[in-house]
Amino acid sequence: MSTTAPASARSSRGLGRPLQVQLPPFLRSRSARFLMVALGILVAYALPLLQPPFITTPASDFGGVMVTAGSYALVAVGLNIVIGYAGLLDLGYVGFYATGAYTTGVLTSQHAHWPFFLVLPLALVVTTVSGLLLGAPAIRVRGDYLAIVTLGFGEIITQVAKNTPWLGKAAGIKNIPPPPSIGPDEIGTDQDGIFQIPHLSWNGLVPSIDDAHKTPFLTFGVLDAIPYYWLILTIIIVVLIADILIKDSRVGRAWEATREDEDAAELMGVPTFRYKLLAFATGAAIGGVAGSMLAAGQGGFISPDVFPLQLSMLFVAAVLIGGAGNRWGALAGGVLVAYLPERFRTLSDWRLLIFGLSLMVIVTFRPQGILPPRRTRRALRAQAEIEEIEGDTVDA
Amino acid sequence: MDLSILQNSIAPLTLNDLFSNFWAYTITGLALGAIYALVALGYTMVYGVLQLINFAHSEVFMYGTFATAWVAVFVHGTKSVSQSLGNTIGLLALCMVVAMATSALVALLVERLAYRPLIKRGSPKLVILISAIGASFSLAEIMGLRDRIMGWFGLEDKLHNYVSQARNVYSSPVTVDPHKVFDFFGYGVTDVDLLVIGAALAMMFALDIFVRRTRLGRGIRSVAQDPETALLMGVNSTRVIRTTFLIGGLMAGAAATLYMLRIGTTRQDAGFLIGVKAFTAAVMGGIGNLRGALVGGLLLGVMENWGSAVFGTQWRDVVTFVLLVAILLVRPTGILGESLGKARA
Amino acid sequence: MPDTPTAPDSRKALLEVDDVTIRFGGVSALDSVSFDIKQGEILGLIGPNGAGKTTCFNVMTGVYQATSGQIRFDGKPLAKMKRYRITKLGIARTFQNIRLFKSMTALENVLVGADAQSKVGMFNALFRTPLHRRTEAESVEEAYRLLEFVGVGGKADELAENLSYGDQRRLEIARAMATKPKLLCLDEPAAGFNPAEKKRLMELIRKVRDDGYTVLLIEHDMRLVMGVTDRVVVLEFGRKIAEGSPAEIRDNPAVIAAYLGVDEEDAS
Repeated sequence: MSTTAPASARSSRGLGRPLQVQLPPFLRSRSARFLMVALGILVAYALPLLQPPFITTPASDFGGVMVTAGSYALVAVGLNIVIGYAGLLDLGYVGFYATGAYTTGVLTSQHAHWPFFLVLPLALVVTTVSGLLLGAPAIRVRGDYLAIVTLGFGEIITQVAKNTPWLGKAAGIKNIPPPPSIGPDEIGTDQDGIFQIPHLSWNGLVPSIDDAHKTPFLTFGVLDAIPYYWLILTIIIVVLIADILIKDSRVGRAWEATREDEDAAELMGVPTFRYKLLAFATGAAIGGVAGSMLAAGQGGFISPDVFPLQLSMLFVAAVLIGGAGNRWGALAGGVLVAYLPERFRTLSDWRLLIFGLSLMVIVTFRPQGILPPRRTRRALRAQAEIEEIEGDTVDA
Repeated sequence: MDLSILQNSIAPLTLNDLFSNFWAYTITGLALGAIYALVALGYTMVYGVLQLINFAHSEVFMYGTFATAWVAVFVHGTKSVSQSLGNTIGLLALCMVVAMATSALVALLVERLAYRPLIKRGSPKLVILISAIGASFSLAEIMGLRDRIMGWFGLEDKLHNYVSQARNVYSSPVTVDPHKVFDFFGYGVTDVDLLVIGAALAMMFALDIFVRRTRLGRGIRSVAQDPETALLMGVNSTRVIRTTFLIGGLMAGAAATLYMLRIGTTRQDAGFLIGVKAFTAAVMGGIGNLRGALVGGLLLGVMENWGSAVFGTQWRDVVTFVLLVAILLVRPTGILGESLGKARA
Repeated sequence: MPDTPTAPDSRKALLEVDDVTIRFGGVSALDSVSFDIKQGEILGLIGPNGAGKTTCFNVMTGVYQATSGQIRFDGKPLAKMKRYRITKLGIARTFQNIRLFKSMTALENVLVGADAQSKVGMFNALFRTPLHRRTEAESVEEAYRLLEFVGVGGKADELAENLSYGDQRRLEIARAMATKPKLLCLDEPAAGFNPAEKKRLMELIRKVRDDGYTVLLIEHDMRLVMGVTDRVVVLEFGRKIAEGSPAEIRDNPAVIAAYLGVDEEDAS
């Protein structure tokens, strides 16, 4: 952010840059950074096509795993706003996930057949409204009670879904259509989509083009998960940009101040209730979008069993382990929570136990998570710089 | 959209059923509530002393239910058998002792591993809650993975009756045939009902005396009211905290046996629902308040039964969750309000 | 920025404490206290420990509700107003036991204060509207200016928790000033300061008043109070026992009696 400020007060670090890594000088220019980000995004899109040797999941469809990882990452980023930015412990987030999914299921399959790209924003609206309705009373209560209230809400939503015939009861909703395809929809043939992109296959470390496996651009069918992944990735990128823009503004500052010291924030003019509710509703909205993507995903089927309480806990674990308050940490946490049990299949049954234990361990030994919020890292870096300087002068 | 579908999906309220079977629902509700009350003690005491939601208490209860079932299997083998209460009383007593010991042990383990390091460090309440959540899930999963875990030690075959198919519902082989003892306005009160209610009341009575008359009990109350002064007065807070968890565990173990007496089956996730209900009961009665736990538990049991009569059994659990949310939002201090110390904000 | 002050007695009352009583349980923390704070003055609120200074402070800044009586700011009663609204109205404060936002930088702390009067929200931030950009630029510029004003200019990007004690106290003042208050309330701003720092603080407080703010000061250090205030109000056991210029207060027998037993150093 360029501002006019007295030279003595301005520092080279400036305001609001999210991630800072020590790069070699030639890579530090703005255009170089831009290129790296662009390259990173490209790699992210290409990842399931590339099927890189150590990363790919042998036992299950890598594309499908990437879809789950993407969904969980999106959820984690949304939940990070609630828990990490605003400091509200939400144990019922699965409720919003379910609300988005069920809104989509009801409007595209169960009781109507509206097009997906009309339903997606509707699901977002419905979930946001439910976030406001549930958040308004819940936020008035203090921390640990808030956690239980949100837990209660999450369970009520799932129970209502399970017991209401209109929502499919325990059987759930079937035949949810996927998002609309671009290009001819000849699934399973060579004419599928506008063009087809072949995958990479590897012989040890030697790649070769695998003509037998191709992904169409852009048809959403039952056979190939990758187009769904691309859609989710696009949504994640949009949400991340929004997150960056919002966090680096008075909204983000209000959230941080509220989390740090709510009473002091209020006395400094922050309408804390309003901003907490905003965080809650924003988080809910993102959860709803993720849920909507789930419903319209491969298989086109949702049921109450897909939204157990354990999933809320898994989401919370993802945010905390990744580093609450840091969007990249949350992203990483979400990916890890989805990816690790698939990559290491033997882990799969032990997944909840491992994450339960990780929660205890993280909270005891490294409460700031893997990627702590930028603050703490900044402080650590500042400390390192000071030590460097002191190191020089002491020896002199 | 066809709106009649909407109308039909909201279960028709049947007040008929409730009125014609009023005492049946109410007395069995009291028996159910007695179980909740015993479990609620664990939540209310820990909250009174530490201002912590003892999230892992649900698993303390769950391990007690398994202990009960395992004792029954050990004594009787796996063949199902149905007996009168008179014939089962010996087994029940044994089960209760083992269950209480088991639950107490798990409770102490939780205190030592999940809470104490963070309490000593002065961690914020929310952080300790997260640790408790982790402990809760870990304990539940360990029970759900017991076949695999025993497999590591090569004991899976030997302990087959106890650990196989760990994710399935686990039944106690012994079911008790309830006998009517007397008539109460059209409902035949059974010996099982009386035992459950009586046992729970007896335990709570004993606990009440303990807290009021013994030195350790006074220590608990003083730490609940004013931890700093209590420390200055020489009260050993570590021991007080440990005792609090111990008592909560004992009560939960007793509740677990009574629960198995009535319900007969359990699973690694059976703790969660009972835990939520017991916590609701504790808050309803006034968190930190021992008598409140009793009042809240009995009240919740009855309301749950009435709710299932009026709305239909499938909405049974929703009644609890709605009550929980409503209480926390509207009157978090509960019915009896006051507490062991005070429910500090 | 607020108007520059005119002659003392003709100045209007900015804040009126009107027969305020507060009871906690059966105890009266404040008992029928009445006084005014006039625009542009530095008013000191003193009294022995337990006199009710902090309680009075909290009532005036909206933290507590008075049991009876009224607080009027700029003629408007403050009763039942939300705390953040009171701040927006023009009353800002610092805290006796420093309540900065520890994991935010000095600049960000002050920005939170500046945001109090901001008219932009999430929508503007998301779309980076011209209004948002302008407001941010103005807030940042004002924040840097205030940091320089209180003397913490070079430490804008330091985390608040890493600042020295003195810098933290000064930062709190900058943060409070950023809310564009008419009345700035300082709660024991010199606690823990050595004489040199206290002198610096006195100069800063005068600078603040000269810039057009009205200042209310709670302090234990008599020398500081006598040296920097225009008028003093003395509380004892929740009641006002004296009000007047520093010289009048110093010679007031009731005040001396209330402070009997206080350190020579503090009373001189």
